[in-house]
Amino acid sequence: MSLSQTTDGPGVAWRSNALSEVPFRVYTDQAQYRLEQERLFKGPTWNYLCLAAEIRNPGDYVATTVGEVAVIVVRAADGGINAFVNRCVHRGNLLCLERQGSVKEFGCIYHGWTYDLTGQLTGVAFEHGVKRQGGMPPDFHKEDHVLQRLRVAELGGLVFGTFSPATPDLETFLGPDVTRGLLRVMNRPPHLLGRSTQVMPNNWKLYFENVKDTYHASILHLFLTTFRINRLSMPGGIYIDSAGGNHYSFAKLDYAAEDADYKDAALRSDSEFRLHDNSVVESVDEYGDGVSVQILTIFPGMVLQQVRNTIAVRVIRPRGVDKTELEWIHLGFDTDDAAMTERRLRQGNLIGAAGYIAMEDGCIGGFVQRALQSNDDGNGLVMMGGHDAESQPFRASEAAIRGFWKQYRALMGE
Amino acid sequence: MDDQAVRFGVQELIAAYADCIDEDRLEEWPDLFADPCRYLVISRSNHAAGLRQGVMYAASRGMLLDRVFAIRRANIFEPHRYRHVVGPVRVRSLDSAVATVQSSFIAVRIMHDGVTSLFATGRYLDRIDVSAPPFRFLERIVVLDSDKIDTLLAIPL
Repeated sequence: MSLSQTTDGPGVAWRSNALSEVPFRVYTDQAQYRLEQERLFKGPTWNYLCLAAEIRNPGDYVATTVGEVAVIVVRAADGGINAFVNRCVHRGNLLCLERQGSVKEFGCIYHGWTYDLTGQLTGVAFEHGVKRQGGMPPDFHKEDHVLQRLRVAELGGLVFGTFSPATPDLETFLGPDVTRGLLRVMNRPPHLLGRSTQVMPNNWKLYFENVKDTYHASILHLFLTTFRINRLSMPGGIYIDSAGGNHYSFAKLDYAAEDADYKDAALRSDSEFRLHDNSVVESVDEYGDGVSVQILTIFPGMVLQQVRNTIAVRVIRPRGVDKTELEWIHLGFDTDDAAMTERRLRQGNLIGAAGYIAMEDGCIGGFVQRALQSNDDGNGLVMMGGHDAESQPFRASEAAIRGFWKQYRALMGE
Repeated sequence: MDDQAVRFGVQELIAAYADCIDEDRLEEWPDLFADPCRYLVISRSNHAAGLRQGVMYAASRGMLLDRVFAIRRANIFEPHRYRHVVGPVRVRSLDSAVATVQSSFIAVRIMHDGVTSLFATGRYLDRIDVSAPPFRFLERIVVLDSDKIDTLLAIPL
């Protein structure tokens, strides 16, 4: 727990208006963490809820969380999608305990109160008492009670929700660049290949910054350089939306040159530094634009990645000031043939908790968190590529991290 | 080979697997598999739902060798080891070529600073080539009881 709890008022003091100096205490302060839940996750932001394909039929639901708040997403009778808090209006009990299912209505196991698929209270057990005794008072009306609703939007087969009436519509929130980036990847109906959750011993922001950090990739993740893959200079860039918190970075790969490189390598003898089986990186240019890596973030807690032929949504779920759950949702597309599915599964070794170019991200935040333990004075520096949070045609930059802090400070009122 | 000899050989293979991982002789690990093979670490919920994406996957001995080399030379993580405890082996089917067996395991993770914690539990679902010694895994599916993995999975389970 941070000493800063003893300072005046909630939140963390910033030294200046610069985006390039971040007080370390933002990762350790309990009061700051509570404020983030209110102002970011329950604030004017769009949060990933589920795949539309997970709730195809009326009554299909997914129980998830927005920040730490338990939420239900359900396909309505009219084909629309509703989302509301997973909390009975009566005594606050969880309505859905299972992660996924299909229902005609939602019923609370505690006292049998029921809700329709819009979240409207429809039934109260013993509403009129038993043998004319007890029951709810005359001033109680079921129609007055509805589960707290979230606004819902869908884009590219992904379903998002927001608690705030002030949130702009999803595409306005994302901005034209990030919207384009999302739709570039999600250009066909997706389906689930599998999911897993990585539990990380660090503040959620350390992971989100890591994803936006295009500077660290070739330094921390040595797999590709060790195996002499991607030695070619890869043109790329970063797009950041005007609010700052959404971004995507991309890099191109000369697929033909890499293929020739494999064939050449097979003839040489320095196999110690070559993969024995190239299938973990053998990729096809499925989008036809040469982009082999696109990492896209949506403030405050979602990532959409294309790393070669691996497509995944990552959801960052804060679980305390120094604990974060990262859910990996691996996707394929309905147009995939058997060879494409196998290709995605093999390349799946690149990402996730055991990912050749991802596993370090699971521990690096924990190392920072440990270093900040009882030593969280001062500021971290994010100045690579300048002090601003503008789009850039290169990736040796921390511009997207500065973009995060730009939107963070605006919404946190700092 | 008689039935008892095959069962003994299967148990030896399964014990050798845990031993080479826990004693940090990972270079021996790929040799326990046939080529091609199937090695998959996947959660129970994905496996039960018929989903195929796991957290670690190899379809050839070369992919296993690459995993070992990456652990040794490329990937960065805090030094740690496992201690596997593997329960009794149950033979599901057995013929002159293939034994289909399963066993339960727990894996404890011991960090370099001594912090010791329960890291994973699950089942090994194995198909083993028993046509001639040395026996080798045609397939080992490591079905993890939990969807959650603490921090990262570097060393195979």
